[in-house]
Amino acid sequence: MTQDKLFELNNVCKQFVKGKEAISIFENLNITIKKGDFLAIMGPSGSGKTTLLNLLGGVDQPTSGEIKFDDDRIDQLSEGQLAKWRSNNVGFIFQFYNLMPMLNAARNVELPLLLTQLNRSQRQQSINTALELVGLADRAKHMPGELSGGQQQRVAIARAFVSDPKLLLCDEPTGDLDRQTADEILEMLQLLNRKFGKTVIMVTHDPAAAKFANKTLHLDKGQFVEKELMA
Amino acid sequence: MNDLFLIYKNLTRKKLRLFLTSFAIFIAFLIFGAVSALKGSLDSGIEMSADNRLVVVHKINFTVSLPYAYVNKVKQIEGVKDVTHANWFGGYYQEPSNQIVALAVDPASYFDVYSELIIAPQQKAQWLKNQTGMLIGERLAKVYGWKVGDRIPISSNIFSHNDGGHTWDFVVDGIFSAEEVQTDTGYLVFHYKYFKETQTFGGDNVGWLVLTTKSSSINEKVAKAIDKEFANSQAETETSTEKAFNKAFLEQLGNIGLIIFSVVFMAFFTILVVVGNTMVLAVRERTNEIAVLKTLGFTSMRIFKMILAESLLLAFLGGLTGLGVSYIVIKGVSEQLARFLPNMVLTTDIVLQALFYMLALGLISGIIPAVNALRLNIVSAFNRG
Repeated sequence: MTQDKLFELNNVCKQFVKGKEAISIFENLNITIKKGDFLAIMGPSGSGKTTLLNLLGGVDQPTSGEIKFDDDRIDQLSEGQLAKWRSNNVGFIFQFYNLMPMLNAARNVELPLLLTQLNRSQRQQSINTALELVGLADRAKHMPGELSGGQQQRVAIARAFVSDPKLLLCDEPTGDLDRQTADEILEMLQLLNRKFGKTVIMVTHDPAAAKFANKTLHLDKGQFVEKELMA
Repeated sequence: MNDLFLIYKNLTRKKLRLFLTSFAIFIAFLIFGAVSALKGSLDSGIEMSADNRLVVVHKINFTVSLPYAYVNKVKQIEGVKDVTHANWFGGYYQEPSNQIVALAVDPASYFDVYSELIIAPQQKAQWLKNQTGMLIGERLAKVYGWKVGDRIPISSNIFSHNDGGHTWDFVVDGIFSAEEVQTDTGYLVFHYKYFKETQTFGGDNVGWLVLTTKSSSINEKVAKAIDKEFANSQAETETSTEKAFNKAFLEQLGNIGLIIFSVVFMAFFTILVVVGNTMVLAVRERTNEIAVLKTLGFTSMRIFKMILAESLLLAFLGGLTGLGVSYIVIKGVSEQLARFLPNMVLTTDIVLQALFYMLALGLISGIIPAVNALRLNIVSAFNRG
């Protein structure tokens, strides 16, 4: 086992069936992602960026091939096992935040903690820490509708890392934000990557956003073209 | 926060929808409670009938009287335990609209046959001594506020008093109650002898006989023996169990059970469709949120249970409120209708039935959206959103 490998994809194929036609997204895709990487995945629409993110996040399964996470085959897990795996290992950040509109910021952040064994006061402590880290301690009781887009995305980031997952998967996390707010969000992801050692994999169309990553992969027609951006 | 909090938050996120849906359920269970209590009240004569009690009436119909001599003849028939008799007086108090069920009975045997009635021994003893005395049921006493010792004039819309009027004066010697709350105590009884001696027509005839058998297993045999005894006489009889007699009497009003079932079924079916549709729409609106929960690691089964619980909570919220209000309504209406109907009661049986229907409503209306959520594919849901 190589200690610094987080993901290893071997000969991954993914096909969708549309009507009577089978559409191939990936054919024999191979990639290794190291622990502590901040990886940006770019590419034109339909290149398979989100599909790859779904495969890495265990919300979708490959048609064939292997996906190893910490040397464990996640492509062989059942739906229930994958749900547990996701709750233990992955934090998700979406383009449109996807906060629960009927829960305030603190309760939104608490959601992943409901899947842990933490008691109420331990959960509250984790929520306070997470909200403080994203600079929203004073907005804990605010409903999503009362927060700006940037603030909502920060709540979503707090929700993503509150249960201390190894991996953060971000699907166009700044796609709905202005430049300044987007940069703040990206700096926060950078902080989580550098200071807390989270592996961040981010799908983006925005070259400026990709500059915050230490590696950018260009995906085109189901194949990678790798470009090192930072050491 | 826990799953219950999430369920509550989902349920209450659209207040108007919650109000309208739970109001529909509220109405259904209000109707169910009230109508079931009404049916129970009408059926109480059947439900409270003793298993070993038989009623003997004239074969033509129960309004034609029987010779008094039948009482002793029936006593001689094998298997008969106690016999009493009664005459319909057609009573009213002060105004013909204030109708009262008043029966001229045999004081010595009446309480032997109706053993479920409770009367204080000294009041019974006083009544047996006092030929112009009457015993009143506690519900009737409550309606008119009558007490022991009151002198009450009761008029008849059938018989004439030999003093030329239609009114008999009675003294209230006692107030009887019953073991079960559903047993009718909204009537009065007085001495047959007093009635016979003061009426201007009718002779020594009784309206009907009521008897108990030594065991309910010989009811049929005893009934046949009685009818055989009086076969080919001027007054042939028809003997049936009290339950069958009361049921036949009630059926003259129409099939109350069928009417109630139809009303309740229609109300339930309509509400089931409304609630089911609301739940499906409510959950469909949340497709994206369910996908997010699944992405975070909530299992499909956990989400399935949460949606089903939400549907059950809605059914019980509306249902229990409806049932609670029906209890208050029944209590109020029961006092208003005390002169016309036996006690209307929201019995344990009705409450248990209602709880069962709430459970069924919650499960049936919640199962489709819960299964949809269970099967929801995260990728498809996000693509849809």
